[in-house]
Amino acid sequence: MRGFYSRKIHSLLGVIPLAFFFIEHMLTNFSAVEKGADGFKDSVLWLNSLPLVFFLELLFIWLPLMYHGVYGLYIAYQSKPNLNRYNLERNWRYTLQRVSGIVTFVFIIWHLYETRVQVALGNVTHEELGGVMHEIVPQPLWLAFYIVGIVAACFHFANGLWSFLVSWGITIGPRSQRVSSYICMGLFVLVTFMFLLSLVTFRDSEFKTAEAIAEAVNTVIQVRE
Amino acid sequence: MAETAAASKNVKFIITRQDDPQSAPYTEEFNLPYRPGMNVISALMEIQRNPVNAKGEATVPVCWESNCLEEVCGACSMVINGKPRQACAALIDNLEQPIRVEPMSTFPVVRDLIIDRTRMFNALKKVKAWIPIDGTYDLGPGPRMAEKKRQWAYELSKCMTCGVCLEACPNVNAKTDFIGPAAISQVRLFNAHPTGEMNADERLEALMTDGGIEGCGNSQNCVRACPKGIPLTTSIAEINKQTTKHMFKRWLGM
Ligand code: HEM
Ligand code: SF4
Ligand code: FES
Repeated sequence: MRGFYSRKIHSLLGVIPLAFFFIEHMLTNFSAVEKGADGFKDSVLWLNSLPLVFFLELLFIWLPLMYHGVYGLYIAYQSKPNLNRYNLERNWRYTLQRVSGIVTFVFIIWHLYETRVQVALGNVTHEELGGVMHEIVPQPLWLAFYIVGIVAACFHFANGLWSFLVSWGITIGPRSQRVSSYICMGLFVLVTFMFLLSLVTFRDSEFKTAEAIAEAVNTVIQVRE
Repeated sequence: MAETAAASKNVKFIITRQDDPQSAPYTEEFNLPYRPGMNVISALMEIQRNPVNAKGEATVPVCWESNCLEEVCGACSMVINGKPRQACAALIDNLEQPIRVEPMSTFPVVRDLIIDRTRMFNALKKVKAWIPIDGTYDLGPGPRMAEKKRQWAYELSKCMTCGVCLEACPNVNAKTDFIGPAAISQVRLFNAHPTGEMNADERLEALMTDGGIEGCGNSQNCVRACPKGIPLTTSIAEINKQTTKHMFKRWLGM
């Protein structure tokens, strides 16, 4: 009985609030691409102007992340991957969901240490976080670390949505599960693209490159419309 | 493949053996004369007739289990060239040589290729995969089942508890107590039956206990491995829906 409920909570927290926070985080970062350094700063400040921000953060980020993350590590530990026997697309995604969960765990701890924990220690302010990222990104090894972490988190998010729909009995037949696969993998590509674009934006203090890419994308979208 | 077998007129087997449940497994090789249409069971019968291994030494015949010889009883399930399947339906002509034969290690090995599938039957008992109709008086005929529903339910009823789907599942292993896909699909079958439906909640509650449906991780190997083509992942998602609904109903006290 306990297993059923604790697993349902794990699954639910993966989407509410974690997936929603993930999207919110992506949009905040992307404001750096769209509106430059000031835009990013404004977005961060807006977030921190929310009332009771300490409790919001605790209730909607810290506790769910800890529960989902620690339980997720246990689920990953319990798995016995068999890609050698069943080299199939769904089995790959099953395995990658676990691998990306572990990578995301390590990445999130480090990323939080560099950003949120430093704010808590008083070493930087929220407004300076764009600058912190600006110093991290030009270092090739850290850039690689961030890229791996971001791609893993994006996959985990998108494929997690696919598996959530199955776990709650929303997509039941093979057809609906195939359609949701296409949508979720499309989402994976889109979300990865937006996070990585924000990442390279932090590299350039003038935000020239990313702005140019964003403009190019805008033009393409406008042309297609 | 087929050509090599025909050319050499010999079939090479590498069989994983084990003398008793406690002892360590080892492999033994056999070279058998090729005969047209032979399958893994007929090869094992040949070893039984003439128990001599590839080195020419006399050995103890390899033990296995089989009954129907037509892929309906599930008794002869074993891992052949890395894939769990029924030995009686494994034609030598379709297999790459040397042919590797192992027991399905998800289950306790009794001896050689014989495994103990008790957990499959315990799982059916746990989820009450039957329809209770016994009573102290005649209950009369039950409600009729729509023909369309009967047709897809029949597909689910083809399960022979062979255990291949458990062997294929990365979440069925020594670290978990996951019941496996077969029993979950049987709950869908009996919950779809007009009379069985009357006890639907009992079966759902059995799957909501530890080791129940929450053990599924959506690798979806089972549906690709099942020799009967049972839509196992559709059954699992459907039971995910039924258990989720049941959970909310119970909370609301309905
Ligand atoms: C902190 C490290 C994390 C670890 C170790 C982790 C681990 C896992 C694992 C192992 C699963 C598979 C569960 C299953 O298939 O039964 C899973 C599912 C999921 N995760 Fe995570 N996860 C982490 C972070 C996140 C984050 C940040 C998000 C949000 C973006 C997230 C969203 C999801 C979703 C939506 C599912 C699907 C739930 C389901 O299938 O029922 N996870 N996680
Ligand atoms: S569902 Fe298929 S693979 Fe699983 S036990 Fe039944 S027949 Fe075998
Ligand atoms: S002997 Fe019955 S399935 Fe092979």
